[in-house]
Amino acid sequence: MSLLEVNDLSIQFGGLHALEHVTFAVDSGEIVGLIGPNGAGKTTVFNLITSIYPPLSGEIKLDGVSLIGRKTHQIFQSGVSRTFQNIRLFKHMSVLDNARVAYHHRMKYGVLAGAMRMPRYWREEREATDRALELLDLFNMKPLAEELASNLPYGRQRELEIVRALIGKPKLLLLDEPAAGMNPTETHSLMDTICRIRNLFGVGVLLIEHDMSLVMGICERIVVLDYGQVIAAGAPREIRSDQRVIGAYLGVARAAGKAT
Amino acid sequence: MDKKISRAWIINLIALSALSCALLIPVQMGIIKNYYTGIIITILINILMATSLNLVTGLLGHLALGHSAFMGVGAYAAALYSIHIGLTNPLSFPLALLFGGLCAAAAGILIGVPALRLRGDYLAIITLGFGEIVRIIMNNLPFIGGARSLRGIPRVTTVPFAYFTVVLVVALMFTIGRSRHGRAIISIREDEVASVSSGIPITFYKIFTFTLAAFFAGIAGGLYAHYVGVLNPNRFNFDRSIEYLVMVVLGGMGSITGATVAAIVLTLLPEVLRGLSNYRMLIYSLALVLMMLFRPAGLLGTAELSLTNLFRKRRKGELVE
Repeated sequence: MSLLEVNDLSIQFGGLHALEHVTFAVDSGEIVGLIGPNGAGKTTVFNLITSIYPPLSGEIKLDGVSLIGRKTHQIFQSGVSRTFQNIRLFKHMSVLDNARVAYHHRMKYGVLAGAMRMPRYWREEREATDRALELLDLFNMKPLAEELASNLPYGRQRELEIVRALIGKPKLLLLDEPAAGMNPTETHSLMDTICRIRNLFGVGVLLIEHDMSLVMGICERIVVLDYGQVIAAGAPREIRSDQRVIGAYLGVARAAGKAT
Repeated sequence: MDKKISRAWIINLIALSALSCALLIPVQMGIIKNYYTGIIITILINILMATSLNLVTGLLGHLALGHSAFMGVGAYAAALYSIHIGLTNPLSFPLALLFGGLCAAAAGILIGVPALRLRGDYLAIITLGFGEIVRIIMNNLPFIGGARSLRGIPRVTTVPFAYFTVVLVVALMFTIGRSRHGRAIISIREDEVASVSSGIPITFYKIFTFTLAAFFAGIAGGLYAHYVGVLNPNRFNFDRSIEYLVMVVLGGMGSITGATVAAIVLTLLPEVLRGLSNYRMLIYSLALVLMMLFRPAGLLGTAELSLTNLFRKRRKGELVE
């Protein structure tokens, strides 16, 4: 049984079939790339998995349990966390607090225990802080813990989003264009980081990316979307030479001459 | 860690007792005259109103224009409690306040559940409408005196009592703000989508914050009722809500210290400029315009006064808490 199973997923926006009969799976500890031309519906897949909007039809299962009908915050609590294409950090909160927000559901103390500073408050906050610092350290961001998130350089902000996504101990990590706006050096170190995260925590990773060197470099499998449909799925080697994929990216007429 | 905490406790306790002595001893000895104790109580009530509105507007980031309606609900509920049940023992005044707070909180839930589906201008308008509805209902209820005012409320609010209520409430707001619940609330202000995607049940926290603010406003209302002794529904109109909003904006949205300072300044200002009291709204708007021009984040922004930090040189990389 796969960690994430997406089965026959469809959604329409008005008359537009944003996704049609999309089916794929992610195993735990596996890095899967979700690629496709602009407007193919990649981010929509993420939004459906995290229940930002409900699908028209189809099934999404995590560890065999359906996620359909759950609220967005419950999906996070059941072990799916994500990052965003356009960075969405809590800009006026510290780096540490950005991470600790996402540890919310792991802490159990109530409003009164928090307001009265009961021992439980100290214990659980300590645990949250330790966990946050541990993860920040992994990204060499520990010295920046008290900095405001908005003061971080761009690449650091992307990494902080990943830290925030990881702190709740997810089973599945959804990364939406993690390398967008990064230079080749940053992209390269990001690739290392993603692999390291996978090895350390054993999470499944589903990532949307346009940077082909990253996708081809670290993904074990790739799913290609075009106009809301899966047009190919398989190992990077197969995808690279798939005529339909080349057609989708370069246009069918030119594909014949330029299939490299 | 423990050493740091206990040190913070000691510093804050010393500061608090020094402030208490400076304020309460002259009042108790009768050095400060009636007129001034009145101003002090008004300031304390306004601090409660400003800091509680700060929860919704500053921390949660939602514009609410009906805050004085909650004060009204609390004021009437507490007044009715002490008139009908009576203030028989020392505990019954706090109980009356609590009752007022709870009624205001109930009103907060009632309006919060439908209203918080909206945000921005829409939420502002619906809360404004709610405020007017409450005022008009109060004007037309015979058993609370209606427009002829509710009279005969025991005038038991004293400076020490109001003072300790404010200290307690502000301390609670502060600790809640620095707990997982406070972080959740602030994260909603910062980015709702990211917040819900980080496992925060945002609907719950929106209603929770709104209700908590209404509760504290209700307590402020109870203090007010037992200070003036006469309640008229028109005291809780839209102008008052704006006044509290001005305090929050002026002090810096999200800063308890800022709201407190602004509440003190904006209560004192018309008193100091007695002769100019006709121009009060003019001064308000001028202050706001100037603020937006020169310091858009408010006097203090989101910063808080921390005695512990004042007293200690921060080592590099050291963590607060």
